Amino acid sequence: MGVEGSGERRSGNCSYGSPHFLVEKGDFENYGEGRVKIGILAVQGDYEAHAAMLERLDAASVLVRVPGDVEGCAGLILPGGESTTQMQFLREEGLQERIREFAAAGGAIFGTCAGAILLAQEVKNPRQDSLGLLDATVLRNGYGRQIWSAVVSGHCVWKSEPLEMVFIRGPVFERIGPGVEVLAEYDGKPVLVRQGKILAASFHPELTADTSVHERFLQLAGFPAAAETAAAQRQ
Amino acid sequence: MTTKGANGSEKNVTNDWRVKVGLAEMLKGGVIMDVTDAKQAVIAEKAGACAVMALERVPSDIRKEGGVARMASIKIIREIMGAVSIPVMAKVRIGHFAEAEILQALEVDFIDESEVLTPADEENHIWKHDFRIPFVCGARNLGEALRRIAEGAAMIRTKGEAGSGNVVEAVRHMRTIVSQMRKLTTLREDELMKEAKELGAPLDLIRQVAKTGKLPVPNFSAGGIATPADAALVRRLGAEAVFVGSGIFKSSDPEVRAKAVVKANTHFEDPKAILEAHEELGEAMRGLDIRQIDEKDLLQTRGW
Repeated sequence: MGVEGSGERRSGNCSYGSPHFLVEKGDFENYGEGRVKIGILAVQGDYEAHAAMLERLDAASVLVRVPGDVEGCAGLILPGGESTTQMQFLREEGLQERIREFAAAGGAIFGTCAGAILLAQEVKNPRQDSLGLLDATVLRNGYGRQIWSAVVSGHCVWKSEPLEMVFIRGPVFERIGPGVEVLAEYDGKPVLVRQGKILAASFHPELTADTSVHERFLQLAGFPAAAETAAAQRQ
Repeated sequence: MTTKGANGSEKNVTNDWRVKVGLAEMLKGGVIMDVTDAKQAVIAEKAGACAVMALERVPSDIRKEGGVARMASIKIIREIMGAVSIPVMAKVRIGHFAEAEILQALEVDFIDESEVLTPADEENHIWKHDFRIPFVCGARNLGEALRRIAEGAAMIRTKGEAGSGNVVEAVRHMRTIVSQMRKLTTLREDELMKEAKELGAPLDLIRQVAKTGKLPVPNFSAGGIATPADAALVRRLGAEAVFVGSGIFKSSDPEVRAKAVVKANTHFEDPKAILEAHEELGEAMRGLDIRQIDEKDLLQTRGW
């Protein structure tokens, strides 16, 4: 999938395939009985890609637009998008407080790219408000503008082979606190970190075919099926 | 701030299709606003825009003033890029790959090959696969959308009728694209070649849409959206995000209107929220009846 190379002409041999997550749209709002439900912040950004990923893992999800939507969720995903746009909404809709309460009550939260920015204690370039749930400092657009965005691979603690990572105007974890565990690295920098039940990625696992990062998150959220799948894979 | 890319120290490495469509994915659910200077860009960002389109003149002024409309001045684009942290888009003339190369060298985040500017080529569009910066293109129907995607567009927007302040054309184009896609999903495999022929679109993309019922790239709406209700309308008809051009900064109350459009766009299925968004609004931009516009002055007929 995808166009190979960057500079050369590719007349006649181009591909314009759809990213996998656009291929099937699951009915992710119909969560069944006994299934653990994951909320996905759906203010703006790639929330559908996360929903499609959860659907593939047979986890139920619900789109979160107002504080009441968080009710009954075992975990919450803060997707990629624009962190300034998203943060403004969290503030105006009263979701900022609701998400902090959710974290304080032991809820698992997973932020990717803009979501990781929202989770960080300190945001630079430029400075902005955040939820402050992760002991880390992030540099927005730390890898540069869109022309620097890329698909790369790096080491991840639970995989013997490298993990594929899609960076899109991604942030850089400039500093992480002593209680923060590094789960994956790229180019000598942490790119996937965990502190308690808070998981944050500076890349977009939801834009790849690899489900393992989301499986880890489902485990944090206490989702038994995901734990079984992961255990089966380890054997 | 690092100058090193996510791809390491080299700049010319694979930057594949997923990265281009990926940025379009990140903009979903948002509002992209036309701005003509850094001050407007800051207003847009503060109001919650997920990106801005840097322009020298908004479409309604281009329509009024006439002349050849070209890529915006580099100085203006640079100032806007320096003023905000959200992605910055800029327009090039249809087929003008040299303008696009300049914008790529400038490192704008998205390029709009736009019918709002005066076309530079009346037969060919830019071969967008040659670029590392993603492109968005306008479309009035499914055939046009799929031709642009085949050329490498990572995002499609309806053309509507830019600078008219009249949503009727954006509605027509969104309904056309969505119903043409719906039709494809009902056909047999052996009926798709005829559709490819009639729509003037590549068969592999036709087959893909027949299977999924949606475009292989995000499908946004533009052209004539002037009020929060307009934004909600096109979202309800299938748009995954909206572009607002002249509608904001040609109104009597840009700050309030920008925020209101963002609010309605996010809560597009919640009439109470859209009511709240309308509550504080002043006068919208003065719109044009499309039937009063001369055929030769229509912007939507540009593009092939």
